[in-house]
Amino acid sequence: MDKQEIYAALTDILQDVFDNPDIVATPDLSASDVPEWDSFNHINIVVASEMRFGIKFKTAEIESLRNVGDFVELIASKRIAA
Amino acid sequence: MTVMSMTTPSCPDLYWLPEAADFDGALRMFRNTELSGEENWVTLQTLANYRLDFMQTRRLDRVVSDKTGSLPGSVPRLRLAILGSSTLEHLAPAIRIGALRRGLLVEVHVAPFGQWRQQILDPASALYAFQPDAVLLSLDHAALLPTLPLNAPRIDVEAALDAAVDELAQLWHLLRDRAKAVVIQQTQWIVAPSLFGHFERTVPAAPAAIATQFDARLTVRAAEEGALLLDLRQATSGIGAEQIGDPMLWHHAKQTISPMAAPWVGDHIARILAALRGLSKKVAILDLDNTLWGGVIGDDGLDGVVLGQGSGTGEAYLTFQHYLKALRSRGVLLAVSSKNEQAIAEAAFDQHPEMVLRRDDFAAFEANWNDKPSAVRRIAKDLDLGLDSFVFIDDNPAERDLMRRTLPAVSVPELPEAPELYAKCIADAGYFEAVSFSLEDTKRNDQYAANRERKRRQFSATNMEDFLRDLQMVLTVSAFRQADLPRITQLINKTNQFNLTTRRYTEAEVRALMEDPSVLTYAFRLTDRFGDNGLTSIVIGRRGPEPGSLELDSWLMSCRILGRRVENAVLQVIVEDAKVAGITQLIGRYRPTPKNGLVKDHYPNLGFSLLEGATDPGETAWILPLENLSLPPVDHIAVMRGS
Repeated sequence: MDKQEIYAALTDILQDVFDNPDIVATPDLSASDVPEWDSFNHINIVVASEMRFGIKFKTAEIESLRNVGDFVELIASKRIAA
Repeated sequence: MTVMSMTTPSCPDLYWLPEAADFDGALRMFRNTELSGEENWVTLQTLANYRLDFMQTRRLDRVVSDKTGSLPGSVPRLRLAILGSSTLEHLAPAIRIGALRRGLLVEVHVAPFGQWRQQILDPASALYAFQPDAVLLSLDHAALLPTLPLNAPRIDVEAALDAAVDELAQLWHLLRDRAKAVVIQQTQWIVAPSLFGHFERTVPAAPAAIATQFDARLTVRAAEEGALLLDLRQATSGIGAEQIGDPMLWHHAKQTISPMAAPWVGDHIARILAALRGLSKKVAILDLDNTLWGGVIGDDGLDGVVLGQGSGTGEAYLTFQHYLKALRSRGVLLAVSSKNEQAIAEAAFDQHPEMVLRRDDFAAFEANWNDKPSAVRRIAKDLDLGLDSFVFIDDNPAERDLMRRTLPAVSVPELPEAPELYAKCIADAGYFEAVSFSLEDTKRNDQYAANRERKRRQFSATNMEDFLRDLQMVLTVSAFRQADLPRITQLINKTNQFNLTTRRYTEAEVRALMEDPSVLTYAFRLTDRFGDNGLTSIVIGRRGPEPGSLELDSWLMSCRILGRRVENAVLQVIVEDAKVAGITQLIGRYRPTPKNGLVKDHYPNLGFSLLEGATDPGETAWILPLENLSLPPVDHIAVMRGS
């Protein structure tokens, strides 16, 4: 799975979590851009991603994320490691 | 495997539900279709009865909230408030969908985490404003359990635990008085890393000791106070606590229960809520062939079906029958829906020697060639119960599919392919959740009385004679029968200790013995006041070599009935038979093996005399002349002649 496919899958997840078909995963997108992106939905995104990509995140990895771009890099690195 | 589980997420799934082929497609279509309130209700329940993951559950939950306004007013409803010491909002959709799965519409109010004491104590709190029908207290160890120095003496620990349970019970009282709500208390399921290893629970103040002792007190108090348990300790013991909790989520989001596990936990909570509204299932409708036994009784015959001892698969079916029998004894009704000839199917229950369930155990029995949905409709009418009271248990995926399509109100578990997993599947699905257990449910009194009697008997016998008499043993004897062949062959080939000659025979050889007119075969079953010990003793006799002689080719007995002087009763049966058959003497042999020293003196103990000469080295031969023989009476065992 290349990064483009990860972005596409994340778009599905974001649309699902926020029940909003217009939202698109882009590298600069972050929680501050989406009003409903609170800590509860943040965890839903993380867990939905774990399920979708078959990976497991560590606490420190989640804490270091600044935007969707960071998240995609993290997913890509974990998928290679797995 | 270990590496996988560290790098990939895992969680318990609702494996007894079928996977949806195109859940999102079905959901989208439903979302965009205008249906009547009644149709909406049925469709929502059908969609809820798929094996949904966390995200699918959320998606369906959104559709439910869109459609709630349209649902009929008659739909059963319940208001649940959740008070927790961790973040629990993510459970709400799973609880609502789990309830919907059972025909119940639940409204959930989740109090801010950590606010549980204030919410209960303050009569003006949002909790009471919500007017809950039920309140779930999901409180973890940090919120509830006392912490004491590790060297605290047991008496201090017990005092602290009592105080903690007392405080909790006070809060239950407040909830009941103020909210008139049913209290559901969660047990401690989180396993803290151990400090002492296996020694942990012997240290009174060690975390694991405190948690289990707390739960032990809690369960007793809950039973006394009429509070219900969400027993996650018990429920997670089979799957592992790490399957529902994730330390990352606790540290990052104060969630003790992972969202991935929410469908499973939510389903467990919903079971209790449904049971409170009387929506637990009441009847297990069972297929027969390859569900209660292996094989097809119509084709294979009574002797050909796989059931009972002699094969692992046969024992697995037996175990499932025992589970169903136990369900029946707690008040679950059993019924049969099978494509079979009624007479053949019914006869199986009365004639197969290993059958645990009896024809009388079934409240309804539909064996014919009609379609099964019609049979279930008829049974529902006969029993005067709604279709939503039924669980349809059938190994055949096509029958299950037809049932789901035709009667969506009937619950249909995806039975695993292996019969050894049937009971677990039915239990895991939580169909028969109870919130009480009373005299009306069952003949509980009879059972308890029998158990008490059994215990009393075990301890009241002061000497061997009394003990043996108290067992009330009944020995049933018959010649070898086709249906018993697997068990007979198994006994012949596995019995090592009480076995005089240790001669092994294949099933074909045993069959040949049955057909040989010069051979007398005896199979003995033993029951006692505690139950059936099954087919446990075998004797094979051959006429000859001299006329009037019966050579005891084999005599063996299962270890489970040793020490009951069953052999004395067995000998009496053989002597009686032999006399009728014109036999004048019995010849027995002891062939020593490394394992059968136990029966070295078997024949002399029974009154046989040593027969000199004509034996292999180490072997001894024994003779019992029958003329004018009077054996001592065996009055502790009743003997019955079987067919």
